Amino acid sequence: MARMTMIEALRSAMDVKLSDDPGVIVFGEDVGYFGGVFRCTAGLQAKYGEERVFDTPINESAIVGLAIGMAAHGMRPCVEIQFADYVYPAYDQITQEAARLRHRSNQQFTCPMVVRMPTGGGIFGGQTHSQSPEALFTHVAGLKVVIPSTPYDAKGLLIAAIEDPDPVIFLEPKRIYNGPFYGDHAGKSVPWSAHPAGEVPEDHYIVPLGRAAIRREGADLTILAYGTMVYVAERAVEQAGIDAEIIDLRTLLPLDLATIVASVEKTGRCVVLHEATRTSGFGAELIAEVQQACFWHLRAPLLRVTGWDAPYPHAQEWDYFPSVSRVVAALAKVMED
Amino acid sequence: MSDAKLTFPHPPARPNQPVDFSNIVVPKAGLLPVPPLDLAPQDAQPFARGLIRVMDDTGTPVGPWAEYLGEMPADDLRKGLRDMLKMRAIDRRMQNAQRQGKTSFYMQSTGEEAIGCAFQRQLQQGDMNFPTYRQQILLVAADYPLEPMLGQLYSNDLDPLEGRQLPIMHSARDYGYFSVSGNLGTQYVQAVGWAMACALRGDGKIAAAWIGDGATASNDFHSAMLSASVYQPPVVLNIVNNQWAISTYTGVAAGKSETYAARALGYGVPALRVDGNDFLAVSAVSRWAIERARKGFGPVAIEWFTYRAAAHSSSDDPSAYRPKDEAQAWPLGDPVDRLKAHLIDRGEWSEERHVQAGAELLDEVTQVQKQVEAHGTLVNPQPASPTAIFNGVYADMPEHLRRQRQEMGY
Repeated sequence: MARMTMIEALRSAMDVKLSDDPGVIVFGEDVGYFGGVFRCTAGLQAKYGEERVFDTPINESAIVGLAIGMAAHGMRPCVEIQFADYVYPAYDQITQEAARLRHRSNQQFTCPMVVRMPTGGGIFGGQTHSQSPEALFTHVAGLKVVIPSTPYDAKGLLIAAIEDPDPVIFLEPKRIYNGPFYGDHAGKSVPWSAHPAGEVPEDHYIVPLGRAAIRREGADLTILAYGTMVYVAERAVEQAGIDAEIIDLRTLLPLDLATIVASVEKTGRCVVLHEATRTSGFGAELIAEVQQACFWHLRAPLLRVTGWDAPYPHAQEWDYFPSVSRVVAALAKVMED
Repeated sequence: MSDAKLTFPHPPARPNQPVDFSNIVVPKAGLLPVPPLDLAPQDAQPFARGLIRVMDDTGTPVGPWAEYLGEMPADDLRKGLRDMLKMRAIDRRMQNAQRQGKTSFYMQSTGEEAIGCAFQRQLQQGDMNFPTYRQQILLVAADYPLEPMLGQLYSNDLDPLEGRQLPIMHSARDYGYFSVSGNLGTQYVQAVGWAMACALRGDGKIAAAWIGDGATASNDFHSAMLSASVYQPPVVLNIVNNQWAISTYTGVAAGKSETYAARALGYGVPALRVDGNDFLAVSAVSRWAIERARKGFGPVAIEWFTYRAAAHSSSDDPSAYRPKDEAQAWPLGDPVDRLKAHLIDRGEWSEERHVQAGAELLDEVTQVQKQVEAHGTLVNPQPASPTAIFNGVYADMPEHLRRQRQEMGY
């Protein structure tokens, strides 16, 4: 076991796959020589050569379009979009091509491809370095959508994503690249080396796609969260003094509904958290599924704490990012009902 | 007051106006040389702005490209002619079937048959085309059987795609035909990615990208040209300039640029412009371009200059936006007539044989059509099981799709 940040864990996952599968190839903007603006691919080009890890022009549609052609040929491209906020030029290629290729060709052509992209706010990233566009991908049949919250999961999920036979959108919460973030921006930052999930095996392992993790067992209320919001939930539960069960979804599509339903049937209450804007966000899907599957077990209306329905601001960062106090208030409200 | 003023390109003639092709410059056949395989983009100017033609007005091959091609065996040319006639028979029968309501949609490729036909014959097993919806001729020339081809058009149980795709969106991996998508331009950059994989895996194969003149305006035309220029993979970037994008005249896609081939030069991709209705010119330039790619000299772009003689699709009426007799006046003529004239000139074909071949092929297509229609049409649907909706969305069916399939009753 080694101590790794999420950045190092992601890099280790690509290192493992580049090493054990000659079909794996890594590319994107500044990914090659420089090693990525977040250092996620540092050293990989030097180790595997330019034919395996290389820089691309600033053209997201080309990055994904090239990857689709390579994947259809039988390779396993793992490409990077520098920020999730910049994925939109590639949206046509991802949603109309990658997601549908297997289905429309009746399995003649497939797309075993991973599109990595840093996501989420809490870093004063403003409008175009903070977005959480997961709902734009969970609405697309044929895609898988993954978002890790720990270094251990990040590596295991990324290896599983690279090995998956279908296209995977791999969202990396950049706020927790270097350490967990509990929502207190004024507080001391915690490094992954001080957290148990920073223990990461150096070799190959997978965390299966489509399975949630229970981060905290509890009896009174179920919290559904993913990415950075898992830690905000942990802090809020401590402050509220409620025996809540925190479920880290890890994979949004396909969703681990069985784990969610088992929990809500036990607790009878559920709060959904995400950074993304509220209207038609992924939380709406979660609430609809829970309502349908657990209606007779519910003891209170389902609530969600999300980003506001406004573009991500710069100066008002902490009025926008779902705060511990907002989550605490929601937990208290659901417990009152 | 401002001197700034917008321009809006217009076609030379609209309905009820006399056809006007005075803007089309048709150089004599045989003028341009054959460049070396390692042609550099800066040396490609004359090829990108000129027009490579092999057959003169009498159908006689002349000039350096004719020499490069050599005398093509008469059997090969007759095969090409038969493929083009077969495509016309399919187009005729299927356009009719659409009018009879037996299929929902169809798109003809009348006038453009020589391009895909001659190009396909220069490819090898394992090379991959990334076609648009108007390259069905690639399948015919690759000897793709008619049963799955027509089965796809009828979405019946002979359809290899199990009814999931709109008619003519074929997919035939074993015949070098990548899955056609409705989204224009997307396949152009995917072809470059496929070609990069060919190079990375060292399999000796190449990719051929296809796009129409209208879709050169799409983002992925740029993405593909730039990527091909940066990484130099073995790809032939075909641009089929048939003068029309549905109702939109080619000048709207081209702006003030000279030719589509010249546009590639700006990316550092050498390019040639070719008479797309000249079967011998298409054969010669395809051979040159494919050999160039296979030998590792990098990408090359080809503008095939032709004319969309038929309607855009079965849902289109061209008489609403262009003169009715424009196709007949097209200065580069008809690809079938021109190859026919050449073969007759060589003493390898005759008017009688031509008429007979046309009738035989129409008969063959009609026979297969009847057999295929027995497996279901739009008026007598026998589609694949509704469960086909859920298969192949993913390699393994996830739980939520299993539940939805059960909800449907299966």
